[in-house]
Amino acid sequence: MTVKAMTSKEVTKKVFNKEELFIFDVRNESDFQDWKIEGENFEYFNIPYFELLDGVEEIIDKIPSDKEVLVVCAKEGSSIMVAEMLSDAGLKVSYLQGGMKAWSEHLEPVKVGELRDGGEMYQFVRVGKGCLSYMVVSNNEAAIIDATRMTDIYLEFADRIGAKITHVFDTHLHADHISGGRTIAEKTGATYWLPPKDATEVTFAYQPLEDGNDVENGHVKINIHALYSPGHTIGSTSFIVDEKFLLSGDILFIDSIGRPDLAGLAQDWVGDLRESLYKRYRELSEDLTVLPAHFMIIDELNEDGSVAEKLGTLFAKNHGLNIEDGNEFRKMVTENLPPQPNAYQEIRETNMGKMNPDLEKQREMEIGPNRCAVR
Amino acid sequence: MEANKILDAKGLACPMPIVKTKKAMNDLESGQVLEIHATDKGAKNDLTAWAKSGGHELIKHDEENDVFKFWIRKG
Repeated sequence: MTVKAMTSKEVTKKVFNKEELFIFDVRNESDFQDWKIEGENFEYFNIPYFELLDGVEEIIDKIPSDKEVLVVCAKEGSSIMVAEMLSDAGLKVSYLQGGMKAWSEHLEPVKVGELRDGGEMYQFVRVGKGCLSYMVVSNNEAAIIDATRMTDIYLEFADRIGAKITHVFDTHLHADHISGGRTIAEKTGATYWLPPKDATEVTFAYQPLEDGNDVENGHVKINIHALYSPGHTIGSTSFIVDEKFLLSGDILFIDSIGRPDLAGLAQDWVGDLRESLYKRYRELSEDLTVLPAHFMIIDELNEDGSVAEKLGTLFAKNHGLNIEDGNEFRKMVTENLPPQPNAYQEIRETNMGKMNPDLEKQREMEIGPNRCAVR
Repeated sequence: MEANKILDAKGLACPMPIVKTKKAMNDLESGQVLEIHATDKGAKNDLTAWAKSGGHELIKHDEENDVFKFWIRKG
């Protein structure tokens, strides 16, 4: 019997709409424990496909017949096999097209707001990995911030809305995902901006982002203020776009803050992180909408799937912004840190241009959640 | 390492390396060793977990020119 494929886009819709879905994950247990499809109303059942080669009789009563069921594996082959077995046994199930590999690479563009001159701010939500990137569009020109390696998605999107990509930024040297910034700049002739303190070892030419820089995007001026705010990495930079949006990179998230240990010693940078969050950000308008480079948990998504919140609200509600005692803060961001992202050193070297892994290797390096935050 | 049988699962995508391994194992006696060659990167974790759950022993694994080699003793 043939079974239906469900695309990552369809699953994303279910995540955004908080729909119910029963996920039957047939990857091995450790892969499932490490990283899975997250949804507020999703249920999970995990049995590796290789336990089911002789049939699904033993587990079939664990699979509900009155709910939508999605069989998931790493690439899709095993999930098709298991879905077909379930289908032969009389259940109606789908499998995830392209598996977790496709899930990790799916980007969903969400419009997060208007600019004063009639331009738009788009957020590209990488639901599977929790990465967020941005496109600022004004007068047919586009600036991209923290692009993922799925560069075609941005190029096609810009093409569709009739915008020319003129500037590409990375808020910092990423450790959890491979940046698409350099590739986009090469393909479009756009300027690629990096914070120089993070780029001391890069093997390619870039435009240095320094505190106080203003970049024009579109002939109606959009101000992209580079707000130098070290902490996550020594060169971490935040941008204020159109005096309305604060792109906080990996410094400040919705329900967590950046971890300071991925590019060096946490102890050395914890002071910078505190200075950024408790002093520099305090001097900004509370009306700014914070647009971070990541989300950690699915609760951080708004109704429309976007990840955005007023700075004032974060000052009131984000635990990481409300630790009065400096020592307690130091303890929180240096002790009991979550595991580091998969292959983070190799990812950093790739983003510096020191390594040039092929696509398959890049996918493998990026497996798993981003793990850039502490709560 | 001496193997009683060699299985070539190169170029096969998941789940086939394990499906074929399971079939090949059926033809072996307890204590005999199966050598498997695969190119699928997921094979390592999955074969390890599969062998464990089936009571077999993964004796050794190796990587050579992008080919993963495994030696499993039937339990």
